[in-house]
Amino acid sequence: MSTVAIPHDIEPHPMTGMYNGKFGLWLFLASEVMLFGALFSTYVLLRVGAPAGTWPAHGSEILDIPKATFNTLVLIGSSVTMVLAWASLKMNDVAKGRLFLLITFLLAGTFLVVKYFEYRDKFHHHEVFVKEPVLVGGKEYMNVSGHLTEDSPALTRAPRRWAFSIPEYVLIVADGKYAAEGHGESGAEAGADHGHPEPIRIEGSNIHRLTDYGPWHSTFLATYFTLTGLHGLHIVGGMVVIFYLLVASPSMWNGRREKLINRVECTGLYWHFVDLVWIFLFPVFYLL
Amino acid sequence: MASSSEEVRKHLKTYYIVFGSLAVLTIVTVTVGFMHLPIAVAVAVAMLIACLKGSLVASFFMHLVSERGIIFWILALCVFFFLMLLLVPSLTFFEPDYSDFVDGVSGSGR
Repeated sequence: MSTVAIPHDIEPHPMTGMYNGKFGLWLFLASEVMLFGALFSTYVLLRVGAPAGTWPAHGSEILDIPKATFNTLVLIGSSVTMVLAWASLKMNDVAKGRLFLLITFLLAGTFLVVKYFEYRDKFHHHEVFVKEPVLVGGKEYMNVSGHLTEDSPALTRAPRRWAFSIPEYVLIVADGKYAAEGHGESGAEAGADHGHPEPIRIEGSNIHRLTDYGPWHSTFLATYFTLTGLHGLHIVGGMVVIFYLLVASPSMWNGRREKLINRVECTGLYWHFVDLVWIFLFPVFYLL
Repeated sequence: MASSSEEVRKHLKTYYIVFGSLAVLTIVTVTVGFMHLPIAVAVAVAMLIACLKGSLVASFFMHLVSERGIIFWILALCVFFFLMLLLVPSLTFFEPDYSDFVDGVSGSGR
């Protein structure tokens, strides 16, 4: 059987100025821009069209900015280790190249672990919408957000729906923001020692809606979970490829060395794109 | 491009400088985010910083500064369609006033 060499799989194509794999990856990234562009566009439409008061004035009201800032720095760091992995291979240092690939892989894992804790917090945080106003820190509210205590009856999801069935009552420790708001006027009435706020009991008959901070909570969280979830899947995809490179690099280094270096470069292009998407997601959801 | 080992060595410093700049810009954008500027100013500043960070990543980490030729035409096309996508929501400006229609429906008792 004769072998046929695939043209321009390593040497640059005269028309595109790059090897075909890289050109293909750029075309793929262009299509990715369209995918995320459509979702960003949807976000803009939903945000601009949101009825007054239904969109948080600032992401920090709902989202965890310290965690996200840390994650931003982790992702930027992983981008630099990715490009250093390629540079090390180019400089004929395979050990260093693989070390940088490993660091990139671990940083990607760190990002996902932090993201997991961020997501988990959302599912352990609840909001109760009431029919008759409830006193929190001496002020009346029609909705109270906070953490349900362990003494609250266990919540069950209504059949075939994501909403919770309304329990007999809930015991909820209101978020810190209520204490800050009510303190000026009649803070003493809050009956809360600093650091050990008393849970508030809300009867089921007064509850109009009970939800956690999952995607079903609001349009804001629906768009947040869709976009950060899709971005998270891209991180997982990148980790799979980086893992492959880690496993395959020793044998490829001794055989198809140029090909290995090019694969690391293409993986890097993808990885930097994933970083780039996060650079836009971060301010859009957390800071605006 | 097919860059030699020596050329790559020269770029190492650039990578660290870009990394430092990205980290600093991240801190700046978070700080500005807590200054509670008017929403239009806040959006403008946040997007400006994000675009700056994005260009740094694309130019140096993705080596666009040293690419030549057709790729820029493809990316220009990509940017054009991206902007078109972002402009789609502005079509709601032309949305007709449905209020009479909605009243008619509710008046008929559905």
